[in-house]
Amino acid sequence: MTGRLRLLTEDQIEEIHSATLEILQEPGIAVENPEALRLLREAGCEVEGETVRIDEELVDECLKRAPSVIDIYTRDGEKRMPVGGDNIYFSPASTALYFIDHETGEIRKARAQDLVNLVRVADALDSIEMLSTAAVPSDVPQEIADLYRLYIVLRNSVKPIITGAFSKQGLIDMIEMLSAVVGGPEELRRRPIAFFDCCPRSPLTWGDLSTQNLLDCAERMVPVEIDPAPNIGVSSPVTLAGTLVQMNAELLSGYVISQLKRAGAPVVYGSVPFVFDMRYGTNRIGAVEAMMVACAGAELGKHYGLPTHTVAVSDSKVVDAQSLMETAMGLTLMTLVRVNNISGPGMLMFDNCQSLEKLVIDAEACRMLLRLLRGLRVDEEALAVDVIRRVGHGGHFLGEKHTLLHHLEEVWMPSDVICRLSLDAWRKEGMKTILDRARERVDEILKAHQPKPLSKEAEEALEERLRAILKRYGIPHPGGG
Amino acid sequence: MEKEELLKRMEEAVKAYDEEEARRLAEEAIRMGVDPVEALEQGLAKGLREVGDRFGRSEAFITELIAAAQAMEAGAEILNREIERRGAAREAVGRFLIGTVEGDIHSIGKNIVATMLKAAGFEVIDIGVDVPTQTFVEKVKELKPDILGLSALMTTTMVKQREVIEALKEAGLRDQVKIIIGGAPVTPDWAREIGADAVGLDAASAVETSLRLIGVK
Repeated sequence: MTGRLRLLTEDQIEEIHSATLEILQEPGIAVENPEALRLLREAGCEVEGETVRIDEELVDECLKRAPSVIDIYTRDGEKRMPVGGDNIYFSPASTALYFIDHETGEIRKARAQDLVNLVRVADALDSIEMLSTAAVPSDVPQEIADLYRLYIVLRNSVKPIITGAFSKQGLIDMIEMLSAVVGGPEELRRRPIAFFDCCPRSPLTWGDLSTQNLLDCAERMVPVEIDPAPNIGVSSPVTLAGTLVQMNAELLSGYVISQLKRAGAPVVYGSVPFVFDMRYGTNRIGAVEAMMVACAGAELGKHYGLPTHTVAVSDSKVVDAQSLMETAMGLTLMTLVRVNNISGPGMLMFDNCQSLEKLVIDAEACRMLLRLLRGLRVDEEALAVDVIRRVGHGGHFLGEKHTLLHHLEEVWMPSDVICRLSLDAWRKEGMKTILDRARERVDEILKAHQPKPLSKEAEEALEERLRAILKRYGIPHPGGG
Repeated sequence: MEKEELLKRMEEAVKAYDEEEARRLAEEAIRMGVDPVEALEQGLAKGLREVGDRFGRSEAFITELIAAAQAMEAGAEILNREIERRGAAREAVGRFLIGTVEGDIHSIGKNIVATMLKAAGFEVIDIGVDVPTQTFVEKVKELKPDILGLSALMTTTMVKQREVIEALKEAGLRDQVKIIIGGAPVTPDWAREIGADAVGLDAASAVETSLRLIGVK
């Protein structure tokens, strides 16, 4: 397909790859998990304390075992989405502690009802094809916050979910919840409905929790996204190529660990790089260099034949021009690279605050990009020689059957979030900005949209699972959801 | 085929943007001896009115409105010949003179408004594009329309709308005709400034406003 963006040449990719192999040898990777250390030792790696040196042969072997396409399904099993190749799926970014109050516009801690609303809005948006456990509710006990997010998403949308666990037991509980909904662990293996994000700690460290999550997912063939999140200039070199080398070492060592646990374990090659702002000490994800590293990282993943994931979000605190510029630029670059899972719509404030209004606006950008991806149709019908001849000099095409037939497939029709009114009509309507329009669209969806409910059996199984988990923690059901 | 079915099919042909079918049914109507005025009013025009209403509610696209208008015109051409042959005048709600002002050759908007007006029951006299100011004055004097519609698509030609109104005043004809202006750059403020009676911001509202101007609505 045409219209592809490449930031790296083949030679540069080779240079980054061989530098990565050098890093995997010296200083190697720190792995703070006994089971992973045992697997690596058994595979012939040199292990000294928690430091592991991985050689090229093992890396190549493990990359070969990893699948290049991961089939992910909607909760009801009706739609299969092959994550890999040139396929692109947009999803809300995760995970925010803050939320912009839909009624007051205030930035405050996220609540369970916010996540319910976010999931219902995302469920209604056609360009947002996957969901995420996008916010941590501050009003539920924090020891179950990770799985409660998943509970909310499972109840309010059929779309596949990008999620993650906050503890070892949390992951097991969450996988059991997924199994309950689809009809058992075997069924979940056959048609997975969620990815778990597992993040190495930059620089070059696989912490105990992430590693155990990685192993537990591999064992059950539950899809994983490995997302190193280096802070460029702080936890990775300030040079973008250096960051790519280090990130790649973190990723490839993760692939080795998961494939040693179980060959063929589904793993996505992801990254969430930040740029450290040397003036304010903030971690900027809306920085163009963060986007560049994410895109180049995805090119490395593609070079290895792996599915890819990146994040396009903004650093702005509110839905303003900066927020839309940063997100739209990230989404566009990542789309042009053909990153498979692109997260981001809705997110603000250095990946830490969600906005429903931003979500519906970003969804329009995603729709524009999906149109862009369809590219230009060039064939006899599209070249329209007959039509041009028939209309002739100075005529018009508005009354042509050709126009009637093709206008909706050729020219994308935005929702009312995008204003295309004349000056007069716009004034008459009350001179609404995109934020006004987005608020109305959110209200409309929250009022009218009915997500597909869980089947009776699935709902009962999920509730039973949640009750058992809550009982173990001695926590009453927080309600809602 | 019964008359009722024929009228329904004519309406459907316009709604399906099917010019050939509209033509065929118009000929069929004549063969069956159906009143051509009725075939136009209750068949073809009914279909266009419906598409026009849908357009007004943002439920149809411009290209659909124009395609429907073309289908109606295709059938209407045949029916109008029959109406003329029979000497049977169509009872019009009013006479509407329409044209694009001097220096402006845009016809799409004017044509669609003209067709919609016909569908609404107006007798429409379209004097084309790039019409000199003096011609508007002469035609108003000669044809005594109830309403004069002045179309301009460019900011550089909309000043001609004022010129026509001034010329009609000078000729002592301004009070005899209602004036509605239209075109992309035209605003209610501009209509007030130049002393027009109304502005048609789109085809549907132009028809609505025209009916109101002559007291039908």
